Amino acid sequence: MPGGVARKVEDLRLVNLTKQFGGTKAVDDLSITSPAGSFFALLGASGCGKTTTLRMVAGLEDPTHGQIFIGDQDVTELRAFQRPVNTVFQSYALFPHLDIFENVAFGLRRRGVKDVDDQVIAILELVELSALARRKPSQLSGGQQQRVAVARALINQPDVLLLDEPLGALDLKLRRQMQIELKRIQSEVGTTFVHVTHDQEEAMTMADTVAVMNAGRIEQMGHPAEVYELPRTIFVANFLGQSNLIQGMKVSTGDVVEVSANGLGFRIPSKRNVAPGQSIVIGVRPEKIMVLDAHDESKLPAGHNRIYGTVTDVSYTGVSTQYLVETPWGQSIIAFEQNSIVGDRCELGDPVVLGWAPEHTFGLDPAEGLNAGLDHAVLELESDTEA
Amino acid sequence: MAPVVPVASVTTKVAQASKQRSRIAYLLLIPGLGWLAIFFVIPLVTLFMTSLQAESASKPGTYVPGIQFSNYTDALAEYWPQFVRSFVYAGLATAFALVIAYPLAYFIAFKAGNWRSLMLVLVVAPAFASFLLRTYAWKTILADDGPVTSGLNALHLLPDGRILNTGIAVVAGLTYNFLPFMVLPLYASLDKIDYRLIEAGNDLYGSPQQVFRKVTWPLSMPGVVAGTLLTFIPAAGDFINAELLGSTKDKMIGNVIQTNFIEFRDYPTASALSFALMAVILVMVLSYIRRSGTEDLV
Ligand SMILES: Nc1ncnc2c1ncn2[C@@H]1O[C@H](COP(=O)(O)OP(=O)(O)OP(=O)(O)O)[C@@H](O)[C@H]1O
Ligand SMILES: [Mg+2]
Repeated sequence: MPGGVARKVEDLRLVNLTKQFGGTKAVDDLSITSPAGSFFALLGASGCGKTTTLRMVAGLEDPTHGQIFIGDQDVTELRAFQRPVNTVFQSYALFPHLDIFENVAFGLRRRGVKDVDDQVIAILELVELSALARRKPSQLSGGQQQRVAVARALINQPDVLLLDEPLGALDLKLRRQMQIELKRIQSEVGTTFVHVTHDQEEAMTMADTVAVMNAGRIEQMGHPAEVYELPRTIFVANFLGQSNLIQGMKVSTGDVVEVSANGLGFRIPSKRNVAPGQSIVIGVRPEKIMVLDAHDESKLPAGHNRIYGTVTDVSYTGVSTQYLVETPWGQSIIAFEQNSIVGDRCELGDPVVLGWAPEHTFGLDPAEGLNAGLDHAVLELESDTEA
Repeated sequence: MAPVVPVASVTTKVAQASKQRSRIAYLLLIPGLGWLAIFFVIPLVTLFMTSLQAESASKPGTYVPGIQFSNYTDALAEYWPQFVRSFVYAGLATAFALVIAYPLAYFIAFKAGNWRSLMLVLVVAPAFASFLLRTYAWKTILADDGPVTSGLNALHLLPDGRILNTGIAVVAGLTYNFLPFMVLPLYASLDKIDYRLIEAGNDLYGSPQQVFRKVTWPLSMPGVVAGTLLTFIPAAGDFINAELLGSTKDKMIGNVIQTNFIEFRDYPTASALSFALMAVILVMVLSYIRRSGTEDLV
């Protein structure tokens, strides 16, 4: 491992990993494979077990059962210091009695690396902290401390790097900068990154694979676009981005599932549907919806799903216009329209027709309830607008 | 210009307010300073003056004010073995106390969980009985026919065949009596250590031993310094342990001072010894604090 140029990149596999704290299952039968050299993002609401998962991988928490593999090696029984894994802690956990240089050099020195100076200087340069090498952690800003924490872990070139919300304390600009930096480092050193975050944009832009976690379980896992375009549970549909969800009943099945909801008919390709029974929730992302004046309904391609309603709110955001449309049954539908249409935008009170392709529709199991994952998504939106 | 006037008056007002605040801060110091003046500085000055007194030529056995520095040299020439012994015994007791207290404090801080309050009470509990009484109890424990001595004798571990009235007993008594003063500061500084730092040390390839040496120990340094001082200083000046548990060959400087004061009524010698003891301890403490470099620890 140390200083190896032609080092082998290892994948990370968690098999039926479970952690029980007294009566609560913090992590529940988790199975994940993060391919060698991939950037894996773990996304989920507060308290869903993300930190606990990382701690088990790092060796700081013993799993109640299950196994952890790095490459072919079962590391479940190894102690933390024996694992080729490093963590960027949620709270940084920098050593207050050591200066920045010694904090960063800590891992190398513990493994008996003789000449650490060049490596430390290089990594400090990378995180732009060379000038502060002799300061103590308490003399740094939150963002600088976070970069030290990243440097301190990265310098060891671990097989797996665990990042527990490492960018949470940074302002937006520095955060974007560090995201790019992390991504660049990751593709350069080829280490397998497991990145825990609250920030879905961060997860989607950085990761090869995102896993949405809820109450100790993985709800859905896959390429960011795949998870976004085709959520498989109501929780994911609401938690990752925004979704319009409408409750209905299946009328017929086949290659295309026909659904009746509120007196309207909708069509979904059956491979985009996961509702097992008669009852179904159909969903569509706001940017997939076309908003047309009711008189222009003929402009909608044939076969599109459609809803009629009245515009109750229009907000122009520059890139797009955000519409809130109230349906006859009293539901509000959100639609984002690119501001590239020539001609008039719809206005408040206009009767409109909303249309979207069946291929953009997804069918979900209603068992969770329509609000699963929603409270958090709203919070997320608010904090985004603050930033 | 018009706006300048109000600005200036505002700044003077602010300056006045802050001046007033600092004056209040100084007022708060007065009781403490008064206490120190009456009960520390004045006795110290008296002690120093006494240490320089000379024996009266007309009335032997009484002393008159003077400037007789030979009191110091004479006292030290006569009693230097007890002086050295005091520091050796106190140093040994401090070292033993540290070795016993550190694991105990570590356990209470990191592993005791819900038992931590109870364990802290147990550490302090012996102090509910008087110092003298506890030391007498050690006399019984270490008695020649007691279980400890007979047990060790059965194993042929005691060169003199006994513990009581030897230096071992004095050091044991000192260690025991000042142990809480070691445990409490150690506990306080270990308890302050963020356990996540120890986890970070483990995560960064530190074995438990390495993490202890490189993280836990340096972070507990303020407690180590405070604990060793709180043990060493009173132990060096103690006379009860040597009086009750040691023989005449194990006397410490505290015993010498006591004897000179109470029995020989040789006040200048006793004062000179007291003052010398204080000076030596002060110099040792200052260089120790400087050396251990705890100033910049958080
Ligand atoms: N040492 C512990 N003892 C008992 N319960 C714990 C312990 N650590 C975590 N938990 C519980 O396990 C659950 C998962 O905690 P965890 O810290 O993994 O959440 P998280 O997803 O990292 O949340 P956040 O985003 O707020 O950091 C929580 O309900 C928490 O209360
Ligand atoms: Mg967490």
